[in-house]
Amino acid sequence: MDVDLWIKYGPKMLTGLVVTLQLVSVSLFIGALISLPIAMARLSKNKLARGASFAYVYFFRGSPLLAQVFLVYFGSGQLRYPLTDLGLWWFFRDAWYCVILVFSLNTAAYQAEILRGAIGSVAAGQMEAAKSLGLGKLVTFFRVIFPQALISALRPYGNEVILMIKGSAIASVVTIFDLMGASKLAFSRTFDFEVYFIAALMYLIVVEIIRISWEMMDRRLTRHLRPLSEQ
Amino acid sequence: MSELLGLLSYGDTGWGDELLAGFGITISLFLATLPIGLVLGFAIALAKRSENWPLRLFANAYTTVFRGVPELLTLFIIFYGGQIALQNLVGLFSDTIVVDLSAFVAGMIALGFVFSAYASETILAALNAIPTGQAEAARALGLSKARTLQKVTFPQLIRFALPGLSNLALILQKETALVSVLALDELLRNTQIAVGATKEPILFFSIACGFYIVMALFSSLLIGWAENWSNRGQQGAGA
Repeated sequence: MDVDLWIKYGPKMLTGLVVTLQLVSVSLFIGALISLPIAMARLSKNKLARGASFAYVYFFRGSPLLAQVFLVYFGSGQLRYPLTDLGLWWFFRDAWYCVILVFSLNTAAYQAEILRGAIGSVAAGQMEAAKSLGLGKLVTFFRVIFPQALISALRPYGNEVILMIKGSAIASVVTIFDLMGASKLAFSRTFDFEVYFIAALMYLIVVEIIRISWEMMDRRLTRHLRPLSEQ
Repeated sequence: MSELLGLLSYGDTGWGDELLAGFGITISLFLATLPIGLVLGFAIALAKRSENWPLRLFANAYTTVFRGVPELLTLFIIFYGGQIALQNLVGLFSDTIVVDLSAFVAGMIALGFVFSAYASETILAALNAIPTGQAEAARALGLSKARTLQKVTFPQLIRFALPGLSNLALILQKETALVSVLALDELLRNTQIAVGATKEPILFFSIACGFYIVMALFSSLLIGWAENWSNRGQQGAGA
């Protein structure tokens, strides 16, 4: 291994890793906030809300993330003057904000479906019991349904975090120097193929750390569902 | 409005034919990758059940790697790394021949690897879901091993694995878009070219997304039909 190369590009790749982690955590957080009303709309009795949320989810899950990034990043350029008038151009001009926006909207669609499935998996008797105890609708949702739904949502949430980490490499296509972007830069300067293997190893380590900690979390949160002998 | 429609027309002035040609490449890439992924996935699933521990270790490492590394990075490694490896191989025999790994082939291999890593888990679960009594019963009836696989194991395997595999196939359809970064003339790449020439990104990228969504809708219909067919032996389910 070439030592000079790593002195020069090693720190860049580590910075890239931090950028990747920032990108993913910010998008996941914003996506989680957006996903709640979407999941509610998916489960609502209102036809319009159901239809609109279904279309939202279908669009973001049905087309490639890369195409969505291009649509917002390049498409906003076409709307430059209206966006400037609205005082929003600074936001769309910046690839970083565009990517955060698209990733958040995209993961919100997936998270909404996870949430919807999880809420549906809570037994109907729980809702009826809460009602017979005289609990209000909001209290029932946040104190009875939601905590139980989160347990069955945990595993799919973990998968979504991992998919986001892998998917975030796409940001490098629109000039973001995340881990993938930094590796591309190092490769184009040095033609040393090893940088890609190091990048792959770094992604792999992050994904494995998340997978293992998720497994531990899952074991802890579902301990009341296992027989005593296994606890 | 008519101006925008003109941009989409078929022929020299419009981009309709370029987009359709790109869509054709996208579909070909998907259809070429799917069998590779399925066969590899089946082989990896069998390796995970093997009694040979190095084989099991390899299969598990394979899955961990291809499920943990971004598809885009896998694609780059196969494309550039494959090029270098091939060139070195050819270099043993000749100094003048320059090999070129096509983006299509690199995409096929990279996406096939990723697909097979996920598919092997689905197929493994499906294999485990088939009761061992089935194979024993087939043996008691005097069926040969190959016949058992063909007539007893496989039809049930398809039934158990189909929902998971069709999900993966839908993901694969979208992942073909990644190969556009290697300048393969598939749908998204041709859309970018059209945007470069017309300066109409919103129109063209929306249409590209529309193409992918239509493809997903159509595939979902096919999958629903296939699931009904695979459940045909079940009471109260499907046909």
